[in-house]
Amino acid sequence: MAANPMTQFEVYRIGPEIKVGALDISFTNASLFMVISSLAILFVFNLGSKKNSLLPSKIQLLAELSYTFVSKMINDTAGTKAKPYFSFIFSLFMFVLFCNMFGMIPYTFTVTSHIIVTFMLASFIFIGVTIIGFIKHGLGYLKLFVPSGVPAILLPLIVIIEIISYLSRPISLSVRLFANMMAGHTMMKVFGGFVISLGIVGGWLPLSFSVALTGLEILVAFLQAYVFAILTCIYLNDALNLHH
Amino acid sequence: MINKILFQLVFFNFLLIGKVFSAESGGMPQLNPEYWISQIFWLTITFGVLYVVLSRLILPKISSNLELRKSQISDNIEAADSQRKKSESKLKEYDDIISKSKMEAKEIFIQAREKTLKEINLKRDALDKQIDEEIKRAEDEINQLKKDSPTKINKIAIDTCSEIIQKLIGANINNSSISAIVEDLSKKKGEKYYGN
Repeated sequence: MAANPMTQFEVYRIGPEIKVGALDISFTNASLFMVISSLAILFVFNLGSKKNSLLPSKIQLLAELSYTFVSKMINDTAGTKAKPYFSFIFSLFMFVLFCNMFGMIPYTFTVTSHIIVTFMLASFIFIGVTIIGFIKHGLGYLKLFVPSGVPAILLPLIVIIEIISYLSRPISLSVRLFANMMAGHTMMKVFGGFVISLGIVGGWLPLSFSVALTGLEILVAFLQAYVFAILTCIYLNDALNLHH
Repeated sequence: MINKILFQLVFFNFLLIGKVFSAESGGMPQLNPEYWISQIFWLTITFGVLYVVLSRLILPKISSNLELRKSQISDNIEAADSQRKKSESKLKEYDDIISKSKMEAKEIFIQAREKTLKEINLKRDALDKQIDEEIKRAEDEINQLKKDSPTKINKIAIDTCSEIIQKLIGANINNSSISAIVEDLSKKKGEKYYGN
């Protein structure tokens, strides 16, 4: 039988077991790809910022284009007040993007296809944004849940809906990325399995699907990183510029 | 009845799928909490290091690179602008000099022409005068000659006549009689020969 499409998401230990008290923090394949992604980002951007020539080299152009891309994205969605959080959003975007893209290489592990990783990132953003909101506006940040121009009768309902939608932000943010990554990789695996099981006679159709899916998945990998970053910007915008 | 069978088929099928998954790997590996702590830990470490290095070292460098390039480009544009202005003023100066020197050349030319014209006129006047004088002198001479010529011719005629007569008849005739005749003839026909 062809390999289970879910086995690609299995986490296994690499090297010795590391335990802090009862907590197992062993180095796993997931950790390996987190490290690889981070190092790749640092490598590319270090190379791209090392030498400043008036006519930038290709790698420098790449680094600078990414910089202006993210900075423009933040400026457009969250305004100039979000400038101090540029580094964080840039790191976030690049981390998610590189993890997604590394996952597209065969036999690699996709870090972002694990709900725990995306949920940690999303909840960190959620908590951070909430703290920023309360620091900037005090208790006035609660006005976020009370939209203006709503009839008084509807207000309790609207407030409850707003609170639920606010609290579900980390879940929607994390599940969106995780589910996209998992679904895409599972689908590719399934189609790959079809190619094997149908053999040389009927395998061409799923193979062509697989090729098309690879292109689609690369697009999704970029798009999900972008969506993740831009939603972070939007949440940050809510916290920084309270207008309801 | 058929509905019931169909429902059972679907339901048991579903159970079967669940059994297959649980038998092979225990469902989604993502929901297996065995390595959650490890993933959280390593995510914090790697993302933290990534964030610190990017925000402290790399992003400020890229930003300063961009700023530097921007300022460099604007500086270059400014320099080019000033150079252009300079060259324009130089061009204007050059044009001024050219037009000025052209005017000067024209003036010099006019002056020179006037001067030469004047000189030519002067010389011509002097030459005219000289020529006039010489013509007058020549005319005087001619007039003198004209005035003198009848008496001279008469004298020559008288002399020739007397000689011819002496040779022809060998007698010395008084010149005065011959001269009287010549005078007479010349008075009669002189006007025909000498004009005036």
